[in-house]
Amino acid sequence: MQSRSLRITAYTLCSAAGDGTAATLAALRERRSGLSKNDFGPAPIETWIGRVAGLEQQPLPAEFANWDCRNNRLAWRGLATDGFIEAAHEARARYGADRVAVVMGTSTSSIGASEEAYARLDPDGRYPADLRRPIIHTPHSLGDFVQHALGLTGISVTVATACSSSAKVFAQAERLIRTGLADAAIVGGVDSLCGSVLFGFNSLELVSAEQCRPFDVERRGINLGEAAGFALLEKQAPRGAWLLGYGESNDAHHMSTPHPEGLGARLALNDALKRADLRPEDIDYINLHGTASQKNDEVEAKIVADLFPTTMCASSTKGWTGHTLGAAGIVEAAISLIALEHELLPGTLNLRVPDLACGPQIQRDNVQRKARHALSFSFGFGGSNCVLVFGRDR
Amino acid sequence: MTLRVAIEGVSFWASRLPGWDIARTVIRGEQAAPETPSARPSPTLLAPTERRRAPDTVAVALEVAARACEAAGRKPSDLPSVFASTHGDLAISDYMCSTLATTPALISPIKFHNSVHNAAAGYWSIGTGSLAPYTAISAYEYTFGTGLLEAATQAVCEQRPVLYVAFDIESKGALASMAPSRGLLGAALVLAPVNQSQQQRGLILTTESVAESHPTPARSAAATLVADNALAPCLPFFEVLASSSPRTLRLALSRQMALNVQVN
Repeated sequence: MQSRSLRITAYTLCSAAGDGTAATLAALRERRSGLSKNDFGPAPIETWIGRVAGLEQQPLPAEFANWDCRNNRLAWRGLATDGFIEAAHEARARYGADRVAVVMGTSTSSIGASEEAYARLDPDGRYPADLRRPIIHTPHSLGDFVQHALGLTGISVTVATACSSSAKVFAQAERLIRTGLADAAIVGGVDSLCGSVLFGFNSLELVSAEQCRPFDVERRGINLGEAAGFALLEKQAPRGAWLLGYGESNDAHHMSTPHPEGLGARLALNDALKRADLRPEDIDYINLHGTASQKNDEVEAKIVADLFPTTMCASSTKGWTGHTLGAAGIVEAAISLIALEHELLPGTLNLRVPDLACGPQIQRDNVQRKARHALSFSFGFGGSNCVLVFGRDR
Repeated sequence: MTLRVAIEGVSFWASRLPGWDIARTVIRGEQAAPETPSARPSPTLLAPTERRRAPDTVAVALEVAARACEAAGRKPSDLPSVFASTHGDLAISDYMCSTLATTPALISPIKFHNSVHNAAAGYWSIGTGSLAPYTAISAYEYTFGTGLLEAATQAVCEQRPVLYVAFDIESKGALASMAPSRGLLGAALVLAPVNQSQQQRGLILTTESVAESHPTPARSAAATLVADNALAPCLPFFEVLASSSPRTLRLALSRQMALNVQVN
């Protein structure tokens, strides 16, 4: 069975760069970063973060109180943006609540709630009463919440392959639709700031004390961010951009370092282009993983320089959002869709002097240009790679 | 919608049911479970230094993954894989949360990179040199059925054999009150497109919308040995596989969606 193109009939995102596609587009155009000095938690490490403002004051509606936690609040904020809930409800009415699958990606899901519980254990070492809700202390917290929030009853799954999570959701959803197990799918991902990732990435010496500078010769590491994003995939629809293909692979190399030649990433790219029946020359824009870590950017820059024409535009948008980990796939998928829809190919914020590995494809400045096809690269810990291919509405 | 796949390899591991051969005879009532629990399996795929410090998730997942490939006579590096775990590494989650509550700056970088839900999948791909895609999923109490469906879907869509690995480990610390799970439990299958397999044994999977997806309960002597593990909902499936005659059972994919499984 060949993979098939799917229509993307609604999409949204919410990150430090803005709530929704319009605010994100404005931030991209105006080259306004969402990064701010780290003020997360009681003893913040020295770095910059992409923090979504206001989540602390926005509990979930009472009917979803059981799922209330930072990560699910961020999910709700995303769902409530760009009319996504309404689009999901229309799909539910069209296909049936059991025929719309939920495939969510996350890296740490709502582990922040477990961290909070451990910081407030009672004298007997038990969870505080307000956090005694098992569903928020397990990885599927996100998928379960989104399914309930949208009133769906069918397949619901949470993919957790670190930073490729919410890219791989497109692949899994396409398979569910291809085999007829679902008629449509809500895909997406949410990751929220928490101690685990801030102190964890800091322990690996991957965190930058300054604003991240993807592909810059003087880049010093990543900035962590939080975000939510969603897309509605359908087999048939009169309009919408296209998911034309995807490629998945892994490096079989190291748990937290990419393969030096990007072996797995190249396989994922080839797989994606093959499914989409496109060649590198057909690609107009690539939203790169571009975390601003030493290794990732070097490997990725080489792949782009080796395989794509010099006229193609590629960039990292992490300077706007920070690295949103398990949400990076959907955030950058949404930015790729914005690029196609609004003919704005974002450049790379904070890039001053490109790394020697960079070819002319990697753009510092925004480019206003019509684009037909965009790729989004997502690579994660454990060597998990995913490449997505999108096409503009036609 | 119906998916048909061949079952090429089966494996199972729990401390009182260490291996599919033993588990199968205990399920059939032909033999009592060993009184003495086995020590956790050694992930021999990994370098000796990594073997010792490998988390329990990695140890149990790699054990069942390797045995299922052996049983199938398939080279591990050729197979895409689906790794499913209800809670992931509960021991590392407990470590991360308690360290963050006391001395966050002392988080171990190795524990941190092992905390990802795809750690077992990552070590498997490194140990076997497999570049074929893997995924790592969770669906809470519906994890086993959801992972089984994804593995079968991949086999049918991509027309290649797929390794399915499911596991859960013992919970630790305060987290155990919210995510209870005892002991180690792992199980794996190699599923293949029916037209590419010599195996007669196969699965027919269909989904069904229902008012309440009551899964088939476990009923063998093995049930009490794994009942406290978060992956216990997988046992009825292996009870059916242990029988040599065609059988059916129902797994749950959500509260209102059942996965009907026919084993022929």
